[in-house]
Amino acid sequence: MIADFLLELRSEEIPARMQAGARADLERQFRKELEAAGLKVGSVSVWSTPRRLALIARDLPLATEATREELKGPRTSAPPQALEGFLRKTGLSADRLTERDGVWFAVLEKPGRQTDDVLADAIPAIIRTFPWPKSQRWGAVSLSSESLRWVRPLSGIVALLGGDVVPCEVGGVVSGRDTMGHRFMHDGVITIDGVDDYAAKLHAAHVIVDHATREAIVRKGAQAAAAAADLVLVEDEGLVIENAGLTEWPVPLLGRFDDAFLTVPPEVIQLTARVNQKYFICRDRAGMLANAFICTANIAAHDGGQAIIAGNRKVLAARLSDARFFWEQDQKTPLAEQAGKLARITFHEKLGSLADKVARVADLAEWLAGEGIVPGADAAQARQAAELCKADLVTEMVREFPELQGLMGGYYARAEGLPDAVADAIRDHYKPVGQGDDVPTAPVSVAVALADKLDTLRGFFAIDEKPTGSKDPFALRRAALGVIRLITDNGLRLPVAEGELLAFFADRLKVQQREAGVRHDLVDAVLALGNENDLVRLLARVHALQTFVGTEDGRNLLAGYKRAANILKKETWAPLPQTYTPDPAEAALMAAIAEAGPQVGTALENESFTAAMAALAALRAPIDAFFESVTVNDADANKRANRLDLLDHFRAAVHKVADFSRIEG
Amino acid sequence: MADTTLAPSFQDMILRLHAYWSAHGCLILQPYDMRVGAGTFHTATTLRTLGPESWNAAYVQPSRRPTDGRYGENPNRLQHYYQYQVIMKPSPPDFQALYLGSLRAIGIDPMLHDIRFVEDDWESPTLGAWGLGWEVWCDGMEVSQFTYFQQMGGFDCKPVAGELTYGLERLAMYIQGVDSVYDLRFNDAGVSYGDVFLENERQMSKWNFEVADTDTLFKGFAAAEAECRAAIAANVPIAAYEQAIEASHLFNLLQARGVISVQERASFMGRVRDCARGSCEAYIARFHDQWAAKFPGWSA
Repeated sequence: MIADFLLELRSEEIPARMQAGARADLERQFRKELEAAGLKVGSVSVWSTPRRLALIARDLPLATEATREELKGPRTSAPPQALEGFLRKTGLSADRLTERDGVWFAVLEKPGRQTDDVLADAIPAIIRTFPWPKSQRWGAVSLSSESLRWVRPLSGIVALLGGDVVPCEVGGVVSGRDTMGHRFMHDGVITIDGVDDYAAKLHAAHVIVDHATREAIVRKGAQAAAAAADLVLVEDEGLVIENAGLTEWPVPLLGRFDDAFLTVPPEVIQLTARVNQKYFICRDRAGMLANAFICTANIAAHDGGQAIIAGNRKVLAARLSDARFFWEQDQKTPLAEQAGKLARITFHEKLGSLADKVARVADLAEWLAGEGIVPGADAAQARQAAELCKADLVTEMVREFPELQGLMGGYYARAEGLPDAVADAIRDHYKPVGQGDDVPTAPVSVAVALADKLDTLRGFFAIDEKPTGSKDPFALRRAALGVIRLITDNGLRLPVAEGELLAFFADRLKVQQREAGVRHDLVDAVLALGNENDLVRLLARVHALQTFVGTEDGRNLLAGYKRAANILKKETWAPLPQTYTPDPAEAALMAAIAEAGPQVGTALENESFTAAMAALAALRAPIDAFFESVTVNDADANKRANRLDLLDHFRAAVHKVADFSRIEG
Repeated sequence: MADTTLAPSFQDMILRLHAYWSAHGCLILQPYDMRVGAGTFHTATTLRTLGPESWNAAYVQPSRRPTDGRYGENPNRLQHYYQYQVIMKPSPPDFQALYLGSLRAIGIDPMLHDIRFVEDDWESPTLGAWGLGWEVWCDGMEVSQFTYFQQMGGFDCKPVAGELTYGLERLAMYIQGVDSVYDLRFNDAGVSYGDVFLENERQMSKWNFEVADTDTLFKGFAAAEAECRAAIAANVPIAAYEQAIEASHLFNLLQARGVISVQERASFMGRVRDCARGSCEAYIARFHDQWAAKFPGWSA
């Protein structure tokens, strides 16, 4: 006997950004509660709209299975307290126990439970323990601070197993079969029979309960609206999901704004439309930003949405005129003059003002260019770009849209007629911001971006403001990762840091390389050699090592190394002049080390790491043969000492490349 | 747009809101007679949301934001504007429906316009208050703030009060279809919002930004803070709270004069918060036994 189950939790508007998480949490909590009660849960679908979370579980058994469990108790000879304890635990009386071989046994029988009974307990439990990121109390019951919490006031529960209501109550809300349709396009309650008519009845009441369907309507509707205007939608999946989360009956509508606003940079228009108004934007066939926006209404209005478009156009116009005002106003002040105002802004109380920071960055950027560390960068341009790179922070536009920092500086620099290399460097100096962000490659941009981040890292480390645990208030991990990517992507050769800061870079490098598929133990093995502060050289060595340990030669050499290292760890010896004729395998190993050692050294000096690995590979056969036929711990003290010495030389030769003891496997 | 020729004038909109909320059980109060930054500062909201007794009120509150002054030259920004405030404790179960009814009362047809509740949580660090709710959008424009108060003065709201704040000028601009606040019809007899307030904006912007004597403001702030403490000690929490409001506004003026550094800012806000919290605490203490006797399930 099985039945389908429907649960709808209706509330006032759930924030769009919380809906995906809530769906996942609802399914997880539901499975957890039912499985704890012994019910097998099969397929579950979860849906959300701004005003409801819904769950459908197909084919639930109508009762849990009866269970029988035998528990072993104390020996019959045990003190009476032990027996009392056992009776308490099992809830049985003494005459219900059975005795076998001098031991008491209890049989616990649990009858099957009706599923509607399980659900009547589970639903309030799910609601009471629901992990909303933020929740609230409401209404008369909130006289007590223990009253029910929900994301916004909870207004209704539909709970139907088969065709029957699962009776339950939580926080004064009683389950039933009635729900509500669209807030404006439907009047009165809708009565649900069960799982099968739920979505259809809501649809008839202008609610599309399946979020994926609404997302598709927003996505395709926006594309179609753009196409109908001979434009191309700028796709934005985040906006699709957000608009679907704000509507029960989404209706994408295209409106136009005055094309005089197109003098404002397209990023500003896009940001204004997206962040403040949740509008899509469009491009024309040539790829230029068009004077069109697409809003997603939550209603099919009588007039086809004309009033809604007109209203939204007005709001966007007000926003864009603010933006255009900022854009024009900001250009009246040259960036060099704006940069002067940075003296009034504190960067950090121990690191001076932003102007102080800019001065340091300018010196460093000029040096990086002048020394040829960033090949091809003009030192004067690097200085100029660095001196102006933070100036946009005091512009009206960046005050309004902080996320446009850098980008606006670039626009204003170009508008002033500064060279493209300078404007690009100002624009890109925060890059790379995240993992997926582009790494600058233009020389002047690289110099300024690198100088800015290095200065930040050096400064905060100097005043002992290092990240700890999850705390990284100055985003130093991100800055370090940016430095690593700037250096490695552009092949820059410089001593990046020393001491603690170098160790910090090493940690970041390991994290970054792990994501790129490089083994962290190999990075450790190279770092263990000491102060390697040239990241390009370090990574070249790690990459060669990873290739090498993946070969047959590499694996066997590692095995030989581990064997040698284990022996050396256990033994102590004093060197003795050799007084015997070495075994052939011993002599071969000596010869191989004598040849490979210098080869490895030369290859390393030339940073030819593949050649260094190849030279090491030549030791593999001799070390294998040595362990095969030579006894290290020979009874003869002279042989023992000299063979241990030989293994020590072998280890030293290998260590020129990397500390193989750090390598796993 | 709405049919703007039939749209209510600014004063008529206020009258309609008064009539609507009066019909739905709210006391119609007058503005608090002190300079405040928002309708929330009125004692009818802050102090009355403390404690278990039910309370339903609506009022207009002139609100001062010295840093938003633009000398009358910006069509949207004012250093003095009006908020329409509704406070209902406990929050009624049909609070959203009541609110939507008020929009219909001032001429917004929700079958023609796109009304949306968009997540926007509210927090006032200076009042030690926060709540969850939405900004209400009408065709993409924020027309109201809708909040379920969870804490006030650092105390849990028991029960929770529902608060509505309408930005009257912005709402009126929308309903009347005008682009500048100064073009609003104040009444239906030819008087505009600009006729009433443009000169105030010019003069007060100049005073806020350029003239106000900062020494006097600093002294006033310190005096209000001291007076607040004295009033708390004398168990007159309403008087103490008035001094907290005073300190808060003087702080806003000092900000407009640009004499408070970033570092000092946090410290000044902390001092205002301490005044506000102390007043709320004293208010609760004064009525605690009375409330506990009348509402057995309640505790502070």
